[in-house]
Amino acid sequence: MIVFAAAGIAVLLSLALALARALIGPALFDRVLAVNMVGTKTVLLIAWMATLSGRADYLDIALLYALINFLGVIAVLRYYEDTGFGGQESR
Amino acid sequence: MIAIDMLSGALLLAGAALGVIGAIGLHRLPDFYTRAHAAGITDTLCAGLFLSGLAIHFGATLASVKLGLIFLFLLFTSPTACHALAKSALASGLLPWGAGAPPPLATTNTAGMPPSNP
Amino acid sequence: MKFRFPLTLTLAILWWLLSGYADALLLALGACSVAATVSLARRMDRIDQASHPLHLSWRLLGFGWQLLREIVLANAQVVAIVLTPKPPIQPQWVRVRSRSTSPLGMAVLGNAITLTPGTITVAIHGDELLVHALTDRSAAGVIAGDLDRIVPPDLEAVR
Repeated sequence: MIVFAAAGIAVLLSLALALARALIGPALFDRVLAVNMVGTKTVLLIAWMATLSGRADYLDIALLYALINFLGVIAVLRYYEDTGFGGQESR
Repeated sequence: MIAIDMLSGALLLAGAALGVIGAIGLHRLPDFYTRAHAAGITDTLCAGLFLSGLAIHFGATLASVKLGLIFLFLLFTSPTACHALAKSALASGLLPWGAGAPPPLATTNTAGMPPSNP
Repeated sequence: MKFRFPLTLTLAILWWLLSGYADALLLALGACSVAATVSLARRMDRIDQASHPLHLSWRLLGFGWQLLREIVLANAQVVAIVLTPKPPIQPQWVRVRSRSTSPLGMAVLGNAITLTPGTITVAIHGDELLVHALTDRSAAGVIAGDLDRIVPPDLEAVR
């Protein structure tokens, strides 16, 4: 059980580090990369919760989250290529 | 039973530790392109070890198959997302630290484009 | 067209693995969604060997195994670099040619290169790839064609 808790805390720690990178940037792509990593960690965290609570149903949510995470990154990049976010952050 | 728990715990911890290392790499490496390499750790080995640790915990059930599917899905999508990021970073004019502008490919006007005549 | 059956079978198995139910109503709903997906795939003109490479499945398994080994090795290198006090990196561009010229083979190779930490495929043109490498060592690996060698050589999208 202690091992389980340690693994969960480690995932939360890496989530926090990735979130910090998303906040400080500096390039837009650093932020998107960090957000992508936050998404991957969230998938792992949901799978971890599914195991902890013994409810395999949560795994479906993890799978869906992975899907949405991927689509989100692609959508942001496509939107950026089209509009450049109004030129606020040129690089 | 204890052996299985220990194996599952070891895989979990190894995966989680790799995740932290990848996130540290996100802060220690100098620019976007190098950080993308560090992010690659979390998408491949970290997720693989973590999810297989959970799968061993679940044993031979449908839940383990689902965990395998999640891993497979991450393996398919993460290089695509990574490539799309790097490609549009380059297209936006962000030059990599220490490497400068990329050499042109055989035909110059096609960075990131698929072959025109497949 | 002749790949409709394997696609249906794969989708049905996938549906059952994801749901795990076996009562009549849900099985019927599953059959409906499989049928809808197959007809959509047909409309998108994707029922071909490219989207469903059954004929290569055993060799793809071998490829997956070798790819896994390469991924573990590359991960160890990048982890060591991140944990070194002053990360010893030599980021650089690499231009390589691939043995295969088929679009599918190039796509698989490009993805495999991106999947191994330390190298990212940024662009593909014809049989040439533009790769960003983190260190001299990962660049040397790409130039030596470590991954090019293990991709099945005759991946071909046949209609």
